[in-house]
Amino acid sequence: MLKALSVRAQQGRQFIPDPRSGRPEGLRGLPVLTAGECASCRACMAACPTSAIAVDPLQIDLARCVFCNECVVVCPDDRVRFTPEPSMASTRASGLLVRAGSSVEPIVPDEVFRRHFGRSLRLRQVSAGGCNACELELNAAANVNFDMQRYGIDWVASPRHADALVLTGPLTQQMAAAVRLGWDAMPEPRFLVAVGACAISGGLYADGDAIDRSFLSEVGPALFVPGCPPHPLTFLRGLLDFLGIA
Amino acid sequence: MIQAQRFERIPERTVDDWRGRVEGALRARVHLLSLFGRRDGDEVLVTALLQRDDGAVEVERARVAALGYASLTPQFPALHIFERELHEQTGLSIHGHPWCRPVRFEGAARGSHDRHPFHVVAGKEVHEVAVGPIHAGVIEPGAFRFMCLGETVHHLEICLGYQHRGVEALLLRRDVRSLGPLVESVAGDTSVGHAWAYSAAIEALTGQPASPNESLRRAILLEFERVGMHLATLAGVAADVGFLQGAATFGRLRTTVINTIQRLCGSRFGRGAIRPGSTRATLDGFAGTGPTTGLSLPEVHANLTLVERDLQTVEDLFTSARTVRHRLEGVGSVSPALAEAIGLVGPVARAAAAHRDLRVRGPAAYDPPVGLATRSEGDCWGRTLVRLDELQHSLTWLRSAFERAPHWTTSRVSIGALTPSALVVALVEGLRGEIVHALETDGDGRLVHYKVQDPSLRNWLGLALAVRDNEISDFPICNKTFDLSYCGNDL
Ligand code: SF4
Ligand code: SF4
Repeated sequence: MLKALSVRAQQGRQFIPDPRSGRPEGLRGLPVLTAGECASCRACMAACPTSAIAVDPLQIDLARCVFCNECVVVCPDDRVRFTPEPSMASTRASGLLVRAGSSVEPIVPDEVFRRHFGRSLRLRQVSAGGCNACELELNAAANVNFDMQRYGIDWVASPRHADALVLTGPLTQQMAAAVRLGWDAMPEPRFLVAVGACAISGGLYADGDAIDRSFLSEVGPALFVPGCPPHPLTFLRGLLDFLGIA
Repeated sequence: MIQAQRFERIPERTVDDWRGRVEGALRARVHLLSLFGRRDGDEVLVTALLQRDDGAVEVERARVAALGYASLTPQFPALHIFERELHEQTGLSIHGHPWCRPVRFEGAARGSHDRHPFHVVAGKEVHEVAVGPIHAGVIEPGAFRFMCLGETVHHLEICLGYQHRGVEALLLRRDVRSLGPLVESVAGDTSVGHAWAYSAAIEALTGQPASPNESLRRAILLEFERVGMHLATLAGVAADVGFLQGAATFGRLRTTVINTIQRLCGSRFGRGAIRPGSTRATLDGFAGTGPTTGLSLPEVHANLTLVERDLQTVEDLFTSARTVRHRLEGVGSVSPALAEAIGLVGPVARAAAAHRDLRVRGPAAYDPPVGLATRSEGDCWGRTLVRLDELQHSLTWLRSAFERAPHWTTSRVSIGALTPSALVVALVEGLRGEIVHALETDGDGRLVHYKVQDPSLRNWLGLALAVRDNEISDFPICNKTFDLSYCGNDL
């Protein structure tokens, strides 16, 4: 009993009081680019593993960026900088383009989904080639720190009980059928969330031959959560904004 | 023991000669690190990597015609998964293999999961339970089929490959010096382990070994990774036995640990920290990350103190709770003899009396060495205690390591040309056991083969055997205490 009490005392209060504000210390989050002419070095483009960065004008596509920092290391003019800002989800894939002076397109809340799920949202996660980093961060969104349940958001074990499918991984050919089955088992209304560079664009595996992304050309994600893996706050804030939860 | 070893002019033996040498070594209980092959014209080059007790790695290679060779698995079951993979990847016939099933349905087998020939157990009382590929949690996919007699599991067959992304093919398609991000996603929870193996391999291939201080910083990141994931595993075990205070506290301590990693290198998973020729993590936040919130040495020590202290308290509560002990003890047993026979590695092997840990006579960074944790139970309880012991050892080691490396600066060596016609074997004791990367170049110094081996590859059979004769409801705790990687197996 005493032991249990001391564990409880040490545990203290762990939840982040306001997940809507603040920047996790040290996080390599939302990039910021500096305006100006590039010398013709193209070093960042050569170093980027996913062709996420381009010059003239300098831009990073967060649909593909894996936040590996290679571009920062090679840029002779320090034009790329990553900030600890975790908010960077968007409702359009094309909204994930970051340029000098412009950032990710803000999320457009969905009125219908807000009415249905604004106070209770059940999520089913499916990994289709995810490396377990995205999956661990999604799990973390429900831990004692991030505590997404305080908003009525939680994971469920069956797609039949789910309102949204949270997809990770580049969609392997061998998971293609299972992903479709999972989606088909979900009652409407429902929506799809693409989490991580892999799910959004194929990421590091975009040109792999064991990948089959045809499901995504039929069912478009309603929310895109960039990162590799995305920080739990990137995911949580994306959902809150999408559902218009204050 | 070396981190990465380079071999040139490897003799190609005849099959008989090769078999004789490999059999001789295995009979003398030399440890088999890996066995793999690659096509070379109509033939297949089959390579066995053996490691003697003093740590030296030996390479035994045979040139095998497409007809194949007689399987070594009946004599040495630990080879079963390697010979299955060899067959799947090269098409080589492995005659007399008792169970030559797909490892991950790659190549020609891709997309044929539906036709997997599951074992069939017949009888009136038999019933089968099929689970997956999608599981009831936020985890990776895989298909399990339990063949049960009543509540008792007679056999479990595990069918993987759903996560197969074609990693090895992609590794050969891209610039060999910039494979870091891809390697880190082989098993995302083991980013540091795989990135270190890859970087050490490239450094050995170019003859530019990392400095002692650099290796030490890599080892620090690796131990943080181990501590973070062991805590995640323990949180899972605690949740599965219904011990929620344990689940909450182990999980909370993991957060402290991975947030520390993030402040060292910008990512909670150590992404981007280790690259050939550089270790981009510093105690003061490294140039270019943007954040000015680099971690100071006193803060690191404060975090370590907090984790050590609170871990001790929760460990006491957890291990002395009768409910926990009752649930884990004697469940999911793998005897030491079985563990050795099937070639288990890492903590699950050490929970069954194995003494193998690449860190013990490991790279220079581990001097003074990290303590070795072993138990003899071989059950869920043993696997839990081994992780708890390893946590203590890693935390103690981390403290001393920071004392030896108070100053962190980011070095950067530009990577030169790869040695032609060479094979490099890099070894890292990752959180689940030995990580093996074997890279080979052709006469022009181009990479012709990149073999990635995550420890999970060898351990999945252990899980299948552990649940035999247990109740089907024991599966979740067996699964949690094995804590294996799907994507690391599936590549
Ligand atoms: S951080 Fe993003 S843009 Fe920069 S090199 Fe890596 S993937 Fe490319
Ligand atoms: S996006 Fe990155 S972290 Fe997520 S599954 Fe893909 S490789 Fe892993």
